[in-house]
Amino acid sequence: MGNWDWQVFLEDPGGKIPTYWQWLVSAWGWTLAVSLSALVVALVLGSVIGVIRTLPDNPWLVRLGNAWVELFRNVPLLVQIFLWYHVIPKMFPVMASLPPFILVVFALGFFTSSRIAEQLRSGIQALPKGQRYAGMAMGFTTPQYYRYVILPMAYRIIIPPLTSESMNIFKNSSVAFAVSIPEMIQFAMQAGEETSRVTEMYAAVTVLYIISAMVINRIMAWVEKRVRVPGFVVAGGTGGH
Amino acid sequence: MKKQVIALAIAMLAVGVASAEPYDTLAKIKSSGEVTMGVRDSSGALAYTIGDGKYVGFHTEMARRILGDIQKQLGLPALKIKEQLVTSQNRVPLVQNHTVDLECGSTTNNATRQKDVAFASTTFVEEVRIAVKANSGIASIKDLNNKNVVTTTGTTSVQTLRKNERATGVDFKEIMGKDHADSFLLLESGRADAFVMDGQILAGNIAKSKNPADFKIVGEALSVEPIACMLPKEDPAFKKAVDASIARQIKDGSLAKLYDTWFMQAIPPTNTKLNLAASEATKAAWASPNDKPMEDYAKK
Repeated sequence: MGNWDWQVFLEDPGGKIPTYWQWLVSAWGWTLAVSLSALVVALVLGSVIGVIRTLPDNPWLVRLGNAWVELFRNVPLLVQIFLWYHVIPKMFPVMASLPPFILVVFALGFFTSSRIAEQLRSGIQALPKGQRYAGMAMGFTTPQYYRYVILPMAYRIIIPPLTSESMNIFKNSSVAFAVSIPEMIQFAMQAGEETSRVTEMYAAVTVLYIISAMVINRIMAWVEKRVRVPGFVVAGGTGGH
Repeated sequence: MKKQVIALAIAMLAVGVASAEPYDTLAKIKSSGEVTMGVRDSSGALAYTIGDGKYVGFHTEMARRILGDIQKQLGLPALKIKEQLVTSQNRVPLVQNHTVDLECGSTTNNATRQKDVAFASTTFVEEVRIAVKANSGIASIKDLNNKNVVTTTGTTSVQTLRKNERATGVDFKEIMGKDHADSFLLLESGRADAFVMDGQILAGNIAKSKNPADFKIVGEALSVEPIACMLPKEDPAFKKAVDASIARQIKDGSLAKLYDTWFMQAIPPTNTKLNLAASEATKAAWASPNDKPMEDYAKK
């Protein structure tokens, strides 16, 4: 273990923040802020797009949803970040005044929304057609049978992939460094350069990424357990009804 | 679960153990007939690319001459020089793990880096300066209050800037570009009001920009940094060969001529002149070749 030097975190980087570990905590805060905000954007947009892709008798809305998904899942995330940061503000000068944080949240949120939309669509389509017809037979309007019949079941089905997506968003937030967000990857690069203790910096950052992703994983597992409908999805089994 | 944790711990230990052990770069070059030099794509006139995978600049050309001298010393009939593009963030690890044998770009020789790598004799002394839009009205670090200031991630300038911020009490917002080109783009697009970086990198980026007249370099030198070629640590024979070649180039005047070519004459791709005459500090480094780190310069 002779090569580790954890005391480096107590050193003074020479700026507003007195020590490297405090700087790391602030970087972690940025990572969490970017990830959680993007997760909110992704869940809301992903749900809307996912639902409209399954609407009956609305071919244009379905096409719009398909276009959204194909646009945002076919362009690499890093490219999307640069488009939001450098290109879109040139096309729409109003956007130029937005702080980079918002632009990164949009980029990450839109990117993830296309994936969540796809998951929700497959979740809805995995339900037996009879559920929809049963809702209609009850006299529910389309919004009503989505709200009371289809979505409660579809969301339960897609919780496992949604858990992966929520964990991914923490890891994907690392691209935010490319547009000057002072998050953990930028911290690791800069502090590693200043202290020549690259291994320690990346080790600490890795642990924090694992902690962040695991916490979200546990929260989702808890939600999954809480909302399980007895007898509907067999726990730990091969699925099915 | 426990087994996975142990495996992870062992993997991390293995990473930690890779450290400086005696190494013989010259023997490797001799037996393989090839050598890898680190090149930069936007380190001003010191090292940059003109496209098509062509890398040029004062230090890049100097490195080719050093490797030519080493080829002569080893008596090799031919030496294949491979070029490896490095960035501010990966240059030290790549030299440490011997992917790159000699990196001549814009690397500051400082005490922390000397723990990981060795440096050849200093061949250029850099001053950290401030670049701004010509019409910005910023003339020195005091004018940076409440302004957006960009520097490049993974460079010593970031720390220099922070220390100056603390010393002068000027409060500005720090932005960090991904690389020099990105940092300059932030200045160009107005996201940053000032770009703090090595003077010649600023001069190079300005000369390459669409409208060089829109920018100027202002203010006092925020720090003075010796720039030198980086080579593997614990390899005295290789360092001796590199230093001997640099001494030869200084002595026969070819280094000064090379400097003139890159800093005083029109250079590609836009054929602009940087007009950055060799500073007194650079001339002093040539007069008595040494590998003193940045910290020794500050003590004066």
